[in-house]
Amino acid sequence: MANHNIPEVKADWEATTGIWGMSIDMDMCTGCQACVAACAMENNIPFVEEKDAGYGRSLHWIRIEHTWQGEYPDVNATSFEPIMCQQCGNAPCEPVCPVFASVHSQSEELNLQVYNRCVGTRYCANNCPYVTRVFNMRDYDRPDPLSNQFNPDVTVRRRGIMEKCTFCIQRIHKGEDLAKSEGRDIRDGEVVPACAQACPADAIVFGRIDDPASKISVMAKNGRGFKLLDSLGTLPRITYLKEEKTYGRTG
Amino acid sequence: MAVLANAAPHAQPHSNSAEHDHEAHLREEHLMLDPRPRGEMNAMVMDSMHATGWKFWVIASILAVIVVICLGYYWGLMISEGMVVAGINRPIYWGIFLVNTVFWIGISHAGTFVSALLRVFKAEFRRPFTRAAELMTTFGLVQAGLSIFMHMGRVWLAFWLFPYPNERGLWPNFHSPLSWDFLAINTYLMSSTMYLFLPLIPDLAMARDRSTGWRKVLYRILALGFRGTESEWTHLRFAMNLFAFAILPVMFSVHTIVSWDFAAAMRPGWNSTIFGPYFVVGALQSGLSAVAMVLIVIRGNMKNMKYFIRPEHLDAIGKLMLIISMAWAYFFFNDYMVQWYGGDSWTKVLLKFHEEGPLGWMWMSMLILNVALPWLILWNKNWRRNPVILFTVGFLINIAMWFERYIIIPTSLSINRFPFTYQLYKPGVEVQLSIGTLALFILLYMLASRIIPLVPVWEVQEGQMAHSLRKFGKEHVVTVSDLE
Repeated sequence: MANHNIPEVKADWEATTGIWGMSIDMDMCTGCQACVAACAMENNIPFVEEKDAGYGRSLHWIRIEHTWQGEYPDVNATSFEPIMCQQCGNAPCEPVCPVFASVHSQSEELNLQVYNRCVGTRYCANNCPYVTRVFNMRDYDRPDPLSNQFNPDVTVRRRGIMEKCTFCIQRIHKGEDLAKSEGRDIRDGEVVPACAQACPADAIVFGRIDDPASKISVMAKNGRGFKLLDSLGTLPRITYLKEEKTYGRTG
Repeated sequence: MAVLANAAPHAQPHSNSAEHDHEAHLREEHLMLDPRPRGEMNAMVMDSMHATGWKFWVIASILAVIVVICLGYYWGLMISEGMVVAGINRPIYWGIFLVNTVFWIGISHAGTFVSALLRVFKAEFRRPFTRAAELMTTFGLVQAGLSIFMHMGRVWLAFWLFPYPNERGLWPNFHSPLSWDFLAINTYLMSSTMYLFLPLIPDLAMARDRSTGWRKVLYRILALGFRGTESEWTHLRFAMNLFAFAILPVMFSVHTIVSWDFAAAMRPGWNSTIFGPYFVVGALQSGLSAVAMVLIVIRGNMKNMKYFIRPEHLDAIGKLMLIISMAWAYFFFNDYMVQWYGGDSWTKVLLKFHEEGPLGWMWMSMLILNVALPWLILWNKNWRRNPVILFTVGFLINIAMWFERYIIIPTSLSINRFPFTYQLYKPGVEVQLSIGTLALFILLYMLASRIIPLVPVWEVQEGQMAHSLRKFGKEHVVTVSDLE
């Protein structure tokens, strides 16, 4: 039998700190949705028509949360908060999949979704406390100009399977391959996922969290840093920097 | 004195007739005290299978058309178009399909409960309707299995859930509650089918000796050459006893594992340690009500069934329904109380949404129909024995139990820890597919009632032989001799 290197006990990988991480500065985020568009372009995410999207069937891997509290005129808006898969170290989506479609990769320390293996029980999505997984309800139309802009590095998913943010694993692999061919380590900032690349305010920063000198490690040490739903013990790899309105925005 | 002297001659015959009336009443009341010769009962059961009116075939063909349209066309549509024709969305990834799965597994529980648990405890009233209840187990599980397959995004790959050797060296993930569920339901389906079959063998042999043509061929194959010798009976009794004890833990484990699909997930409202027994009791609540409904339909529509199924049986099931309703209320209160007292903010939002959200009427009617209604009605012996009333109560309890599962699955999924994603659930093709499973269940049951003797004649006869009415002084006393 093949050896899959899947640890028998989840705690075996819980202790690891992870390799790739992200930090998102909510003080910088303007809610422009450029990351959402870039992610859709990069990852072959189909466009869902307005009616379906309004019913909660949009397929975006990243969403900008922005909510209002209170009655007019005393309205408080929350910060813009881009939310995507947190690439948990102890991911609730992984153990519940009956067919190992949702697995933890040992080499990149990321949560993978194996599209070919997924049978669409959608248990992973129910168990994701961040609600970041999306389900392909149908084979979506890609009218003519759109059909010419597929990213060849990313699988086009069919109906009936789950998908989610991959931290642009195709770009990570490209960066790793390039560094390996040049016989060096990956430089900080060499691998940039589509959302971070498109962010006009540089609110999204991507890098190695196992390197204490990297930009995101420095950012994560900022006093404003917090993790989403930290109390659940999912060990998310994304650090959010709380909005303190220090960049000239007024309430 | 004269009055007394006049009264005296009447006293004797009057008291005699009262005694006679009392005995006649006991015999009319209890099937076990109203024995008929085995041959007559055999003929009655065979007759009930063969007497098929035109109404039966009209209803059966309407149901068959519904099954073809709903399960053939609409399921095919959903497979070819994708889940977009169903009502699921983000965050409500599980909808009515899983509501139906839990519902049908619940229905299937009563069969095992009635036949195995009551057999183990030697409850005599079970005898005429064990088979009718066991058939519900098997056909209910078929609907539950179909509902699981309906809910899968890529149902054509469902065989990947089976642990089978393959060139990739891949097994299902045994960490997943869905894998446990899959194995538990399969175990239950197989063991309950065997448990249905074992007590059926003597009746199949009885039918084999009394039929001709294709039926004879069918029964000859199914009866496995049973002739009724002493050694065959010994082996059969041993096997049935073994199965009756062995299937009880399977029954409890199946619905516990179904509840773990929810309880093991880290969601507010789902992550509850009491879900296991709560689901088992809920299953019995809907299952027993369904048994009552089926018995009333059989009694009203099948020939000779008024002899076998009597008000005493409705009475007994009504009592069980009342007790189970109390147990359900206890577990509901326990589950609610602990979650509410825990004070978790998301659970608070969820409980408020259950009670005051757009489906608050469902929550209220669940409590009224599941608790208030049976508690008010089933206390009364005359109402319990009334088929119309008991059927209505059973029907409403089943509605309420379906609501309960609806509240646990799609309604609870509306609420998660990210209010930005809250959505409501609007069922789509689920409606047609639910109607399809219900129609398939009734259709399978109707067709089976033409082929399978619905009353275990040997079991009734065994009971009648064991029971006797004896007279101690002036009192009639029912005695039961120990059979084993």
